[in-house]
Amino acid sequence: MRISISYIILCFFLISNTINAQIDPSLLKRVSKDTTKVLNMDAIYNRPTLNINKTPIAIGGYVETNWQHLTTDGVSEGHQFQARRLSIFMSSSIGKRVKFLSELEFEEGGNEIAIEFASVDVEFHPLANFRAGIIVNPIGAFNQNHDGPKWEFTDRPIPATQMLPGTFSNVGAGLYGKKYHKNWMYGYEAYFSGSFDNSIIENTQNKTYLPAAKDNPDRFEEINSGIPLFTGKIAVRNSKIGEIGLSYMGGVYNKFQEDGIIIDEKRSVNIFAIDFNTTLPNTKTFITTEFAWINVDVPSTYSQQFGSKQQGGFIDIVQPILNRTMLGWEKATLNVACRLEYVDWNVGKFNETGGNIGEDLWSVVSAISFRPNSQTVIRLNYRLLKQRDILSNPPSITDGFNFGISTYF
Amino acid sequence: MKTIFKQITTLSFLSIMLISCETSYVDIPADDEVLDGTIDGLSNEELARFLKGDVAFTEVFTRQTGLGSTFVATSCISCHAGDGKGHPFTTLIRFGQADEFGNTFLHLGGPQLQNRALPGYTPEQIPFGATFSKFTPPANTGLGFLQYLTDADILAMADPNDSDGDGISGVPNWITIPSYINPENAVNQNGKYIGRFGKKAAAFNLLHQTVNAYNQDMGITSTFNPIDVYTNEEIDPEVANVTVNDLVFYLKTLKAPIQRNQNDTEVIQGRNLFEQINCTGCHKSNLTTGYSPITGLSFKSFSPYTDMLLHDMGSGLDDGYTEGIAKTYEWRTPPLWGLGLSANSQGGQYFLMHDGRARSIEQAISMHGGEATGSRTAFNSLSQADKNAVLKFLKSL
Repeated sequence: MRISISYIILCFFLISNTINAQIDPSLLKRVSKDTTKVLNMDAIYNRPTLNINKTPIAIGGYVETNWQHLTTDGVSEGHQFQARRLSIFMSSSIGKRVKFLSELEFEEGGNEIAIEFASVDVEFHPLANFRAGIIVNPIGAFNQNHDGPKWEFTDRPIPATQMLPGTFSNVGAGLYGKKYHKNWMYGYEAYFSGSFDNSIIENTQNKTYLPAAKDNPDRFEEINSGIPLFTGKIAVRNSKIGEIGLSYMGGVYNKFQEDGIIIDEKRSVNIFAIDFNTTLPNTKTFITTEFAWINVDVPSTYSQQFGSKQQGGFIDIVQPILNRTMLGWEKATLNVACRLEYVDWNVGKFNETGGNIGEDLWSVVSAISFRPNSQTVIRLNYRLLKQRDILSNPPSITDGFNFGISTYF
Repeated sequence: MKTIFKQITTLSFLSIMLISCETSYVDIPADDEVLDGTIDGLSNEELARFLKGDVAFTEVFTRQTGLGSTFVATSCISCHAGDGKGHPFTTLIRFGQADEFGNTFLHLGGPQLQNRALPGYTPEQIPFGATFSKFTPPANTGLGFLQYLTDADILAMADPNDSDGDGISGVPNWITIPSYINPENAVNQNGKYIGRFGKKAAAFNLLHQTVNAYNQDMGITSTFNPIDVYTNEEIDPEVANVTVNDLVFYLKTLKAPIQRNQNDTEVIQGRNLFEQINCTGCHKSNLTTGYSPITGLSFKSFSPYTDMLLHDMGSGLDDGYTEGIAKTYEWRTPPLWGLGLSANSQGGQYFLMHDGRARSIEQAISMHGGEATGSRTAFNSLSQADKNAVLKFLKSL
């Protein structure tokens, strides 16, 4: 008898869930985006999302997963399956000219969970929008426009994620705006936000490493130096030529006082970046590139292991070779692509010998990607990476393949 | 026109991809081309411990994990890239001992200068009046073989009174060992023991050397040496005993460098000449270990090209600083194995002799004085072809 009651309860539970699970697809509406008048700064809102019925809420996200087999100096850790990230974003039009957008990111299968973006935007004028919350500091273009499905490569560019801190988000506030005039678009962003900390020159990477600041769990609560970080960017786009962006991020990074007592000198970090993207009209070749220079005040009595200057950048060239119905997918695209990357983690000369400090890397990544639609990419990459240590000894060579998929949902 | 453009671009891409894939999966370097790797005959358990030691060797210390506050380097591997010789960037400075009667500057931070400091701290300075010497970090390879060379064999190579009349009179450095060292069956002379490691042979064994390096190079305290180099006060250990012991095991079980081109005629000729001009008077090639609990090191023949003894190297190499009972002009014969691979860890250049002052092997030979004067003169008298053969032999090591 007890079994029968349990069975009935179980059946009821399953049936009720089945009924609930049958969501009317007409309630979900794919939101179309205007892709003709966008800059990199628009990327966070320019994502495919679903509107729920007639609510002002749109939800979406993307997922990335891949297989990888790499060797370093001929030694391999074997085959790896990786769940790189799952990002969920949700936006809402709160009222007239007031909107909210958030992005929650799960990396490495949930090992790292972070609110990457969560801000309220208030439009006073197209040239004066106020934004406050957790923002992604707009240094370079990749930081603003980094969704996996947009790229033909499984790995994010090293210069834009390991030299520049990739998707570096902080609590902050500021203004942004845009203006259109015929074929021209102009945009700017200017924010004050949370900042870096001492870890950028005191870390287990054994080099000046700005992304180390991302590991500070307190950075959403307090600024290490007590002085906000300024990030500013201007961008210009011509619909026939392309988009160029100039950005700057800088401020004091170290804790120089505590309880009102001066314990150290103020030391600053200054970052300059330039980015450019275009599509060649004849061949539809898409080119995007970014280069950055970093200056960090490192005490002369510290170790040259931690450099005061870094520089690096990358260029992606993507060539569509087939654009037609393939395997039943309309408007499917097959691309070949190539990425060149360079980072010098420590620009300078040894005090002891006057010789150049090494600590640099060069990388070539080639790719074949298939896009059954514009929101999904299946990609095969081959990487060849040469990395020299601080003494410029013979480089370690990493190479290998990865194959993966990334899609908005 | 548009189609041609597209085809050219596509072909270019495919070419780059093919070229990239051509070099796919780089070969593992040959054993004789690299210094890292294990000795033969380790069990799976020993190999696992070797890997733990390798992790400890590459660990980068920070303020949070105990670095400093003053230091020379942030990790072991900073000074010994690829387990090879170091670079002037990480050269150590030792100061404060001018004779065999001890270091008179220990209360002022001796014997080692911590010339770097965490932000907010001030590095150490050499105290006024202290003599000093610079020590380039040595290669780490084959150290287990040197540790298990018996005291009796070392003493058998000593010739303090030059009784054979060859002008060479090597002596061991008799040192006082710290309390955490168990000398076991080591030969004892007035409470002192034979030092084996370091430029002046002032470290008894690899545990002694490792504990000193943690403490003096990185400012990391351990239960073995709990004194903080910055405050000179005893503090909590910053590295676990098991980590120190794993690192010592790693150093013991790193393989000995493997000679390349052994059958090359010029290399064989160079080796014969090396013996003829009596370089082997100090740089001895055929040694055998005694018993070791690690089977791969027990009763094994090896060719380090050292006698582990101190020799008078002349006034040109007298820095006025010493350790143990060594005279300021006496230096332990450095092993020559791995010499040909030195440039691979020194940024493509040579920084030889104790402080890296010699920029080539030939220049290093020319700096030999004292007991090595005869061999240096004999080398200089060789024909250019014979000199080249000797140099080729040395580069094969």
